[in-house]
Amino acid sequence: MMIAVSTPLALIAELTHRCPLHCVYCSNPLELEHRAEELPTEVWSRVFGEAAQAGVLQADLTGGEPLARPDLVDLVKAARGAGLYVNLITSGLPLDEARLDALVEAGLDHMQLSFQGAEEGPANEICGTGAYAQKLRVLEWLGRRRVAVTLNFVIHRRNIDQLDRMLALGESSCAGRIEFANVQYYGWALANRERLLPTREQLERSVEFLKRAQERLRGKMSIEFVVPDYYAKFPKACMGGWGRKLILIGPGGDVLPCHAAQVIPNLRFDNVKDRSLREIWETSEAFQKFRGQEWMPEPCKSCDRREQDFGGCRCQAFLLTGDAAATDPVCSLSPQRSKVDIILAAVNGSAEESSARPNWVYRANPA
Amino acid sequence: MTPELNSRPVLPQGCRLNDKNQQPRVLHMPERALRLNGPSLEIIERCDGRHTVEQIIGELQQIYSKAEPRKVAEDILGYIARLHDQRALDFASGPAPERRQNEK
Repeated sequence: MMIAVSTPLALIAELTHRCPLHCVYCSNPLELEHRAEELPTEVWSRVFGEAAQAGVLQADLTGGEPLARPDLVDLVKAARGAGLYVNLITSGLPLDEARLDALVEAGLDHMQLSFQGAEEGPANEICGTGAYAQKLRVLEWLGRRRVAVTLNFVIHRRNIDQLDRMLALGESSCAGRIEFANVQYYGWALANRERLLPTREQLERSVEFLKRAQERLRGKMSIEFVVPDYYAKFPKACMGGWGRKLILIGPGGDVLPCHAAQVIPNLRFDNVKDRSLREIWETSEAFQKFRGQEWMPEPCKSCDRREQDFGGCRCQAFLLTGDAAATDPVCSLSPQRSKVDIILAAVNGSAEESSARPNWVYRANPA
Repeated sequence: MTPELNSRPVLPQGCRLNDKNQQPRVLHMPERALRLNGPSLEIIERCDGRHTVEQIIGELQQIYSKAEPRKVAEDILGYIARLHDQRALDFASGPAPERRQNEK
């Protein structure tokens, strides 16, 4: 049966897996790609053109740390020149004012600056680097430049009670948007899950706080909030549906439906060095595998929500149940929901939170 | 919130129209894009910090002269208010500016 292929809307370009930070919840795969495998400037430039041709509107330049690419200014220029809206997702390291000027001059539309919290010590502990002071400098530089800014706070058990400080930092800055994104449990975050998952009580308090903030700041600043889906009743529409809206290209040119797809066994990825992006989008085995509804098991297949959440996340299904084609087990209708409930019970049942520093698994850095 | 008739809507930092030769026409915003059809494109093209809301209404009433003028005005006011709530439109202050600085 033919599966209808929609137009991709955004290209997530993981320009490199190198990064000066070592965040304990990094969304990169556990097997990081090396510098020698990274696509050169010309290939990325061609890919941006192919993406725009295929209907892509926005390029999210990310990593690793995209600033680790010496040719980043040229890449921004190429993406903007292809007609894309250019978004840089960055930690702000390594950056100085001259390079920031060059990026803005090259056509950068929007910068998403990540923060690990609004307190220097704990924030630096999470990223395993003394990055906080530099982030504040970058934020100040951004206020004097013509570029839109989003602050991205990654939220977890150890900083979820400090949302008020994060919000205050955001409000005192040039940012037009703040994202409070709870950690999602793949890769490095999965390795640290028991130390990162907030308790239900913490989560409920934080939702209340952010609803009030949204109300108060309506029209002035937009506040986005992503909950940890383990606590949700229904799964997230991961990536807006597999192969429906988003394309991710890894540092070496492999084209993936999402950040974590490499964890799914026997999924074959095409590479932009071998085929055009449109061809890959439309016919690649990895994209076709979970497109549409043919692959769905019950209860998804006959569920009223199948067009809303598309069965949830394939990678999470695999990581928690061993079957990538299972209903996302965070769904309350999943026959395997108990796998998630056991994890939550352990997090919520534990006695007093220890203030001792956890035994973090820090993200490695590839050569 | 109903926009003031003498206010001048302007696209904030990070929001811009794609190029004239690109199809479909969209309003880019951080993390999303809004597809624009005839009237919505006509409105957004005039959100340049120089046109007042009243001028935008007047010009669209001319373009869509077959529609009821009061309805055109209501639709435009509603559209502008909605985009402002979504932070896709700001209102310029002071004399009609050439270029806007990133605001604090």
